[in-house]
Amino acid sequence: MKRGRTGLKSSCQAFPSQERAKRQKRGASSFAEDWGNLPHHVVLQIFQHLSLVDRARASSVCRRWNDVFHTPDLWRKFEFELNQPATSYLRSTHPDLIQQIIKKHAQHLQYVSFKVDSCIESAEAACDILSQLVNCTIKTLGLISTARPSFMDVSQAHFVSALTVVFVNSKSLSSIKIDDTPVDDPSLKVLVANNSDTLKLLKMSSCPHVSPAGILCVADQCHGLRELALNYHLLSDELLLALSSEKHVHLEHLRIDVASENPGQTHFHTIKRSSWEALVRHSPKVNIVMYFFLYEEEFEPFFREETPVTHLYFGRAVSKEMLGRIGLNCPRLVELVVCANGLEPLDEELIRIAERCKSLTAIGLGECEVTCSGFVEFVKMCGGRLTQLSIMEEVLIPDSSYNMEQIHSEVSKHLGRMWFPDMMPTW
Amino acid sequence: LVLLLFCELVARVPWASPTPRAGDMVVNTIHWFRKGLRLHDNPSLRDSIQGADTLRCIYILDPWFAGSSNVGINRWRFLLHCLEDLDASLRKLNSRLFVIRGQPTDVFPRLFKEWHITRLSYEYDSEPFGKERDAAIQKLAKEAAVEVMVRISHTLYDLDKIIELNGGQSPLTYKRFQALINHMDAVELPVETITSEFIKKCATPISEDHDEKFGVPSLEELGFETEGLITAVWPGGETEALMRLERHLERKAWVANFERPRMNANSLLASPTGLSPYLRFGCLSCRLFYFKLTDLYRKVKKNSTPPLSLYGQLLWREFFYTTATNNPCFDKIEGNPVCVQIPWDRNPEALAKWAEGRTGFPWIDAIMTQLRQEGWIHHLARHAVACFLTRGDLWISWEEGMKVFEELLLDADWSVNAGSWMWLSCSSFFQQFFHCYCPVGFGRRTDPNSDYIRRYLPILRGFPAKYIYDPWNAPEEVQKAAKCIIGVHYPRPMVNHAEASRINIERMKQIYQQLSCYRGLGLLATVPANPNNGASGSNVAGVSTGTSQGPGGFSEDQSIQEGTSRTGTQARWLTLLLFKMYNAIKILTCY
Repeated sequence: MKRGRTGLKSSCQAFPSQERAKRQKRGASSFAEDWGNLPHHVVLQIFQHLSLVDRARASSVCRRWNDVFHTPDLWRKFEFELNQPATSYLRSTHPDLIQQIIKKHAQHLQYVSFKVDSCIESAEAACDILSQLVNCTIKTLGLISTARPSFMDVSQAHFVSALTVVFVNSKSLSSIKIDDTPVDDPSLKVLVANNSDTLKLLKMSSCPHVSPAGILCVADQCHGLRELALNYHLLSDELLLALSSEKHVHLEHLRIDVASENPGQTHFHTIKRSSWEALVRHSPKVNIVMYFFLYEEEFEPFFREETPVTHLYFGRAVSKEMLGRIGLNCPRLVELVVCANGLEPLDEELIRIAERCKSLTAIGLGECEVTCSGFVEFVKMCGGRLTQLSIMEEVLIPDSSYNMEQIHSEVSKHLGRMWFPDMMPTW
Repeated sequence: LVLLLFCELVARVPWASPTPRAGDMVVNTIHWFRKGLRLHDNPSLRDSIQGADTLRCIYILDPWFAGSSNVGINRWRFLLHCLEDLDASLRKLNSRLFVIRGQPTDVFPRLFKEWHITRLSYEYDSEPFGKERDAAIQKLAKEAAVEVMVRISHTLYDLDKIIELNGGQSPLTYKRFQALINHMDAVELPVETITSEFIKKCATPISEDHDEKFGVPSLEELGFETEGLITAVWPGGETEALMRLERHLERKAWVANFERPRMNANSLLASPTGLSPYLRFGCLSCRLFYFKLTDLYRKVKKNSTPPLSLYGQLLWREFFYTTATNNPCFDKIEGNPVCVQIPWDRNPEALAKWAEGRTGFPWIDAIMTQLRQEGWIHHLARHAVACFLTRGDLWISWEEGMKVFEELLLDADWSVNAGSWMWLSCSSFFQQFFHCYCPVGFGRRTDPNSDYIRRYLPILRGFPAKYIYDPWNAPEEVQKAAKCIIGVHYPRPMVNHAEASRINIERMKQIYQQLSCYRGLGLLATVPANPNNGASGSNVAGVSTGTSQGPGGFSEDQSIQEGTSRTGTQARWLTLLLFKMYNAIKILTCY
């Protein structure tokens, strides 16, 4: 093996040829000494290119390398993977490694995430680790369920106490991702009390124990908040106004999930047009992303007036009438994705959307129907601004003007690039 | 005259094989049926018979049934029908089918010796397991000085040629595949059916105890319980297959419409013109089907060139065979280069509910019931249950679903089954995952009358169409009137679909964002750009509207330790491959 001087920094090229010759005479053992004597920052740089497993192996080679292995710089980011063989195909971070990190590197951790499977033990293990991160300056924290949300199975008290350890001790949290967890209003208060100056991103979709007042507290105090993700029941006029107050920075991204348990059981309040307007006035470039998982009859309160939404996703069937309203009232629309509509052609609605949503660049249609002529008309009006056009093949209905073979060339012409509908195996 | 007769009789002695005498080039041949269970368009059989003195057509009942021990009663029954049909057809040619139990590597050396075999023929099997098995047999044949004849007739094309045309790689998208097909030479014509005229010089030594030793077994003999088994909705065999082909073409001609048929409630039921199981077992030649379709189209549409979409069903099958042939891990997630590593949940209880039709969603349960009872479901029904099991609701691995289909579905062979499952669970490249099939709404829209549900789930017959797709929402009086209380006579829904789909779409989005390194907010752009679309690779480079990248902004993988997560390494590998592919395809002509 060639001596690894190629690729290392110039600072270690200094061996004079005489010495090299002498070393070559002395034999292999002296090479090991030299490897062990590489400068600290050189080994560090090499280690930064290695995977954790390889790095761990390398750390057992000699004391120097072991020291480098434990350099704080290598422990800024860590992702704890907590899985049980009964519920997941993925491996878990080794418990010994976890212990080592808690013992030696807790204070170095800055970007931490926990990936847990659907088993309650994994979520509890994550909480245990969290409770031990006392002397930390964590900036980014993510609690991610890779399958069913197991954090929701953990006792609320246990979860909240673990989470508040980090909230209280870090004091410089900037990004927090706690979707599908039993976080509650008091813990948000603790978060705010300790991190209001630094908090920039908060994702907490589907946290059923939080109330609108709880999230309002965050918006009122954390004026640096740029990204927020929550469920519709937490959205209020007060919240939008708080996010638009003078002291507040420009909001970049607001993500709202609208999901219903059973048809007719949830009542959805309306947000005043003036609140939306205030938000857009304050943050003209804000992106508002809304994901809907409702029954068709539950859409009544939405899009009756102008709404500044930019990205819309309908995870279940949405009515023709509703799509018509969207064309009328969503001038800022950038992306529209519809899972299903039914068996009535959506030509008119699409054309209206092409006319009035001048920023639309992406559209996806699932179980819907559009005549080929209507679709061509739509594409003509949008032209090349459509960078994403994902239409299931079954959506397009051939008519007298176009059949399936002609449609793709016609659409490709207007888009200025090769286009095909999305296909599904017909076997 | 008596002497002549006597000689004739001796020559046709049913038990003895002509032994090779010095100077005599006697050709004793075995034709090995695996798939290709037919006498029409069977080039390997035809070539085998040419110049042969004796012929024995065998079928080896490998206890592992071509690589899987997971075969349900309907598939066995279909296979046995096919074998019986073959035997009957061979009888008309003064021959018989020899069914032999055992493993091919044990069986062949014995047969080569016993029957003094000099030639072996079989239809080419493109699947990795098949290729391995056949390589072993070829070696044994070589050692026994047996000539091996292999011909391609299970696929329209020579798959290796398609791969060669694509620079040595299997095509990864269906569009790419279609583009390659357009550049291939024409499909070869099907060869003529074996007739008694053709086979007259070739004898089959048949012993008196042939039925005992080599007869087609019955289901009971194989250990199945047949009491209460309904008559096969899909009877197997070449005869049935050819009859169905005629009916299929008749119907097409009558409708004079070659567009993709619109889905309606009737399409869900087994059709007397359905052909997919027959194509899978090889009772029907795909090439015959191809040419008959072409002829019919030309006749009806006055000689115009048929579009590729006419052969949709056949080409999808061909596509999956092509992507699978060089990938022994095609039916797995781990180690499979074309499969996205998604962290599926492990949940045997939930899986069992799905497999046995006890999910509490009548649409899903009816489909799984039809599948179990009859062995076939419409392709949109397959999409519905596959989506429900994987990315839609249960978040269980597609490998599990594939195994259930393998057991129950008549037309599921290794390549097509695995390929379809990967596609439907959005585990293969370039699939948009936003489209979720609602287990309530999709059924309702497809069959508003709900005849399908009533037929396969008689317990729910009393429900009105308004409530039958989501019976848990029906008021108590309605349930009482229907004599079916949800939670007692029929299970409650096993998931909350809205919640499940909300979580799952988020998961898929996170996974694909890592793969494509996309940092924007769009849902559609998270899927890496399909090179065939010619869409800009800008998505892959991460440029888009509304990027949330302020200082301290939380990008999905910022806190991921390099190399710890399997998705991390996978992401790097995939992104690299995507770039390579995209550039390679830019050079080759697009469709």
